[in-house]
Amino acid sequence: MLGLQILIDGFAVSALYALGATGFTLIFGVSGVLNLSHGAIMVAAAVAAWAAASVFHLDSYTGALVGVAVAAVVSLATYFVVVQPIQRSRKIPNEEKEIFVLTATLLWGIMIQELIAYFFTNNAKTVLPIVEGVVSIVGVRTPKNEIFTAIVCCVVIGLLWFLVNRTRTGKVVLAASMNPRGVTILGFELTNIYIIVWAIYGVLAGIAGVLLGMFLGVSSYSVGPLTASAFSIVVLGGLGSVSGSLIAALVVGYLETFTAYMISPAYRTIPALLLLVIVMYVRPQGLLGRR
Amino acid sequence: MLAFFKSPLFWIALVVVVAAATLPWYVSGYILGLLTVAYYFGVFAMSWDLLFGFAGEVNFGPTFLIGVGAYTAGIINNQYGLSVYLCIFLGALASVIAGFVLALPALRVRGPYFGLTTLVAVLMLQNFVVVFADLTGGEIGLTIPDVISIDAGVNYWIALGFMTISAAILFGLSRSPVGLVLQASGQDPVQAGALGFNIVKHKLAAFIVSAFFSGLSGALLVFYFGTASVGTVVDVAVGVQVIVAAVLGGRRTVLGAALGAIFLIVAGEFLRPTGELATFIVSAVALVVILFFPGGFLGSVLSREASQ
Repeated sequence: MLGLQILIDGFAVSALYALGATGFTLIFGVSGVLNLSHGAIMVAAAVAAWAAASVFHLDSYTGALVGVAVAAVVSLATYFVVVQPIQRSRKIPNEEKEIFVLTATLLWGIMIQELIAYFFTNNAKTVLPIVEGVVSIVGVRTPKNEIFTAIVCCVVIGLLWFLVNRTRTGKVVLAASMNPRGVTILGFELTNIYIIVWAIYGVLAGIAGVLLGMFLGVSSYSVGPLTASAFSIVVLGGLGSVSGSLIAALVVGYLETFTAYMISPAYRTIPALLLLVIVMYVRPQGLLGRR
Repeated sequence: MLAFFKSPLFWIALVVVVAAATLPWYVSGYILGLLTVAYYFGVFAMSWDLLFGFAGEVNFGPTFLIGVGAYTAGIINNQYGLSVYLCIFLGALASVIAGFVLALPALRVRGPYFGLTTLVAVLMLQNFVVVFADLTGGEIGLTIPDVISIDAGVNYWIALGFMTISAAILFGLSRSPVGLVLQASGQDPVQAGALGFNIVKHKLAAFIVSAFFSGLSGALLVFYFGTASVGTVVDVAVGVQVIVAAVLGGRRTVLGAALGAIFLIVAGEFLRPTGELATFIVSAVALVVILFFPGGFLGSVLSREASQ
C-alpha cells in the first residue's frame, strides 16, 4: 500500500519537476544561457494565478491562464532586459559572458522575488485547484488534482516533443541548438529563434509554476530552492539534453518521495544531492550529456 | 616591487586605511558595527575574486568555505572551550582542508559544472548543519561562549587590520608572477599548459589561499557575532552577496571586491527605511552596473594602472 502511494506521489512530483526542468534545459541547449531567475518566473506565475482568483475573483481556469501569460511576459522580459544586452555587449569579453549571464539572471530573479514579497507578502499561497476531490486508486486516496497535475505535465511535454521534432519552427530551433552559425547562413534571424524559445520556456515555466501552486503551494521563499532543483535535475541529466532531464526528473522525484516516506521528510533532498555529487565526480557531463 | 610603493595606488590605499582607522574616535558604535561586518565581507569577496578573476573558476559556493571555517571554529569553542584564537586558527585550517577536498575533483570539470559542484557543496553543508542540530545548533544557530572583544572600537580595528593585511597579501599575490600564471591559465588553459606551467597545481594553490582567507574571515565573523547560523554564513543568498560584491567592485581587481562588499552592506543599511524594497534596490543597482559598466567600480581605474 505504501509502495503504491510512493509510486503515485513520486510520479506526480517527478512530472512536475520534469516540466520545470525541460524549459530550463531548452534555453541552455539553444542559447547557452543558464537562467537562474527560473524559480522566480515559476513563483511569479503561481502568485499571478493566485492573485487572479483570490484578489480579482476570476475563476480558476482564467486564473491559471493569467499565471501562464505572466510567466511568458516575464520570461521575454528576462531575455530583452537582461540576457540580450549581455550577449550583445562589446565591453564584456566573450569567455566571461557566461558568468555575467549567471550573475545578472540571479539578480533579476532576486528583484522579481522581492517585488512579489513586497506586493503579495511572504506568506505561502495555494492556488485554487482546477479539479477538486479525492479518488481512490486500489485503496490509495489520491487527490484528483494530483492526477490532473501528472496528466497535464505529460501532455505538455508530449506537445513540446511534437513541436520540436515535427514542426518547421521546432526544427529551426533544434538546428539552432546544433549550429547557430549554420542556421544564420540559411537565412533565419537568430534573435527571432531566441524569442520563440524564450516564449516557449515562459509558457512551460508558467504551467509548471501554476501546477506547483495548486499541488504544493508557493511563497517568495521557494524561488531559490526551485531554481536549485531545476539546475540539479538538468545537470544530472546532462546540460541541454531534454530526454536526460526527463530521466533525471524521475530519478530525483522518486528518490525524494521515497526518502520522505521511508526515512523522514527532513532528509528529503539529501539523497538526491548525494547522487548529484557522485554523478558530478564520475560522469561530469551528466547521464545523457555530451562533452 | 619598489615601483609599487611609489605608485599613487599605494598612497591612496594608505590614506584610506589610516583615515578608516581613526573612525572609532568620532563615529557611533552602530556605524562601527556595520563597518566591522562589511570588512569581513570584503575579505570574502576578495578571496572569491582571486579564484574567479584570476584562476577563471566560478565558485558558486564561497559560503561552503566560509561556513566550514565559521562552524568549525564555533563548534570547537562551544564543545571544548579552547581559546578564541586557537579556534579561529583551527577554523581556517578546516576550511583549507575542505577547500582542498572540494577542489581536487572539482578542478577536473570545467565551466558550469565546476560552479554546480561548488553550489551543491553549499547545499550539502546546509543540510548537514540542520540534520546534526545537537552539534551545530541547527536552524536556530550555534551559541558561541567567547567573543574576541566586547568593545566596538577594538572589534572594528581587528576587522580593519585583518582586511588590510588580507588585501595586501591577496593583491600582492595577484600581481606576482604566480598571479600572472593564474590569469593565463584562467584565460587559455591549453596555451598556458603548453608554456610549461602546471595549471592544476596553480589553480589548486589559488583555491587553498582563497579557502584560507574565507575560513579565517568566517571564523572571525562568528566570534564577532557570538553566534553562527545558516542565514549568516552558509546560506546561498550570502554567497550571492559575495559574488555580487566582487563583480560590482570590479572583477580581477581584488581591491574592488572589498569596496563592492562595503558598498553593498552600507547601502543595504541606508536603504533600511524603504523596508522590504531595500534588497530590490540594491539588486537593481548591481544589475545596472553589471549591464552597463561591466568593469565595475575599479575596473577601468586599475586596468589603466596595470598597463602603465
